[in-house]
Amino acid sequence: MKIELDYLTRIEGHAHLVIDREAGKITSCQLQIVETPRFFEAMLQGRHYSDVATIVARVCGVCSISHTLASLMTTEAALGIEVPVQAQLLRCLLSYGEIVQSHLLQLYFMALPDYFNTPSLFHLLDEKQELVARALRLKRTANRICEVVGGRPIHPVTTCIGGFSARPEAAELKKLRQELVAGLPDLEATVELFASFEYPQFCRQRETLSVAPDDRYPLHNQQIQSSCGTNYPATIYREEIEEYISPQSTAKLARNQHGSYMVGPQARLRHGQDKLSAMAKRVCSALDLNPNGLNPFENLKARLVEVVHFTEEALHTIDELLLCGMTQIRGKDTPSAGGCSTAAVEAPRGLLFHSYQFDAKGFLKAADCVIPTAQNLAAVEADLQQLLPELLKLPESQIKQRLEMLIRAYDPCLSCSTHLLKIDLN
Amino acid sequence: MKTKIGFFDFAGCEGCQLTVMNLEEQLLQVLQLVEIVEFRELHSGSAEQIDIAFVEGSICRPGDRERLLEIRRRSDILIALGSCADNGGVNALGSDRTPEVLRQEVYGADLPHLYTETPHALSKLVKVDYRIPGCPIDGQEFLAILQALLLKQQPELPGFAVCVECKLAEYPCSFDYGQVCMGPITRAGCRAICIDGGTHCRGCRGLIDNPRTSPYHRILEEHGLTVEEILEQYRTFNVNERPA
Ligand code: SF4
Ligand code: SF4
Repeated sequence: MKIELDYLTRIEGHAHLVIDREAGKITSCQLQIVETPRFFEAMLQGRHYSDVATIVARVCGVCSISHTLASLMTTEAALGIEVPVQAQLLRCLLSYGEIVQSHLLQLYFMALPDYFNTPSLFHLLDEKQELVARALRLKRTANRICEVVGGRPIHPVTTCIGGFSARPEAAELKKLRQELVAGLPDLEATVELFASFEYPQFCRQRETLSVAPDDRYPLHNQQIQSSCGTNYPATIYREEIEEYISPQSTAKLARNQHGSYMVGPQARLRHGQDKLSAMAKRVCSALDLNPNGLNPFENLKARLVEVVHFTEEALHTIDELLLCGMTQIRGKDTPSAGGCSTAAVEAPRGLLFHSYQFDAKGFLKAADCVIPTAQNLAAVEADLQQLLPELLKLPESQIKQRLEMLIRAYDPCLSCSTHLLKIDLN
Repeated sequence: MKTKIGFFDFAGCEGCQLTVMNLEEQLLQVLQLVEIVEFRELHSGSAEQIDIAFVEGSICRPGDRERLLEIRRRSDILIALGSCADNGGVNALGSDRTPEVLRQEVYGADLPHLYTETPHALSKLVKVDYRIPGCPIDGQEFLAILQALLLKQQPELPGFAVCVECKLAEYPCSFDYGQVCMGPITRAGCRAICIDGGTHCRGCRGLIDNPRTSPYHRILEEHGLTVEEILEQYRTFNVNERPA
């Protein structure tokens, strides 16, 4: 029997899922990424270091800030350029804004319709006006963080080598602070809503990988931590992580010595649970979420915990910035004669590496980007393989729905990799 | 009956569609007048007939052509959304090499499923009725163009250069800071946002119609630059554009 589900929707990017079964048994299960390859690493070759971040941001609209920051940090490390503390704070604030907006988009626009059995959030406009309005308000505030700090929500314009080329007005930051505080009741309502859903049960042992927590929750630290106990500097990622090509996928996949691993909200939460803000810890219990939990469907809960955590962090960071002033937002752009380096950042979907090599004149010779979704693909596939047999007794429509929900729970963002999920059930 | 609009994407970063989603409350108001019948990122389902199709991204793969033709067949009006769709955008940065070379460089392999062609703007393959430039598009410009279409008017893009918007806002000229700025030859409509952000214009909205005769051309001359030079040296978003 063959079931075809064209265009898996409500995910970022294009993918198909092909499953073959014979006499009630699964013979193969492959997640095919069909996103068009865009060859960024090659297009960066020969570009001046001052242009690299602007170009590479276009890998992905949803995580353009993460790509921008990873790129700037890599270039700065390679060319010995210092970034003042105030600029680092602004960069954190920018990251919080991106993670919160991306998580809210996933939770409300992509995942929530599954739990209401509706094709899109906008179909709830008549019935649940307040819910839709709340989703938009929350997302608006998160985007405002990116706008105030980055100049616009997508593809920031104020970020540059050494820090920032423009600073937000103190008055703007104060206003933003008010907006964030005004949004707290909306966050409470969101927690209540997501606590009321019934999440499918599923558990598979897995390794998780993230930036290691320093004195804060994992974000921009240059040390990588695995749930298996290893801890290593981002610069040696190539010794630890192997990228490989599969004949089904235009995205490169990744594995380490133990095989597949998971990155993203659940990985960060597992490693950084002690660093959660007080409010986020309470949300964790309100959602009945085990921070060491292994049910990928509960990635949604982990995302919501992070929304709360990063909102609180944003408030603190704004206070810090207002207190210390923003007089030093840009370090001296005096590059060394060439060099190479790697930097890691936590993008909304997980660990992101950029690695560059520059010639003596500051032109890029080689680039490598390892993106979160590519690292998660093998783990998604392993989940699907284990989950499928458990689902086979269900009617076909439900099997498909469950599988789509699982894939969406990872919030795959395939624009990065190289788009539409199509499920083929043979 | 509400106007049926759809969003489609080819090779791009989805940043232009996301800019539309980021219109938030304004988007809700728009939804009183239009019905979104297709938008893969937000919505499951598809439609047989579409009044206005917004298409993001460049055409790079054999299957893309058919899909674009099929969207064109279903749509009364087709609009290129963003520079990837309008002129190839950043995707065109690789057009100095063959797709084979690119595949080897990035994947170290030449597998059939990685096959792409040199990225094309939509207008190379189908009739494009209107375009919304920018990388990403400007949300307010998107609304203005949609509004014009709903009122059965001809949407128009600004004919003047980014320089005009920059001067009106009284930003300091990037050239005075030793930066090379594409503002003199780039189509306005973004409120000179990059110059406001402390940097220079990289030309993401594409060329104005008459770059060599426009009043701001003399800024380039003063700095000893020609249109061709600036395009060649600072190409990021305009690989496929040559001034008329
Ligand atoms: S034009 Fe720019 S923002 Fe729009 S899809 Fe292309 S790369 Fe993304
Ligand atoms: S200033 Fe130039 S690069 Fe920036 S948005 Fe406007 S046209 Fe694009």
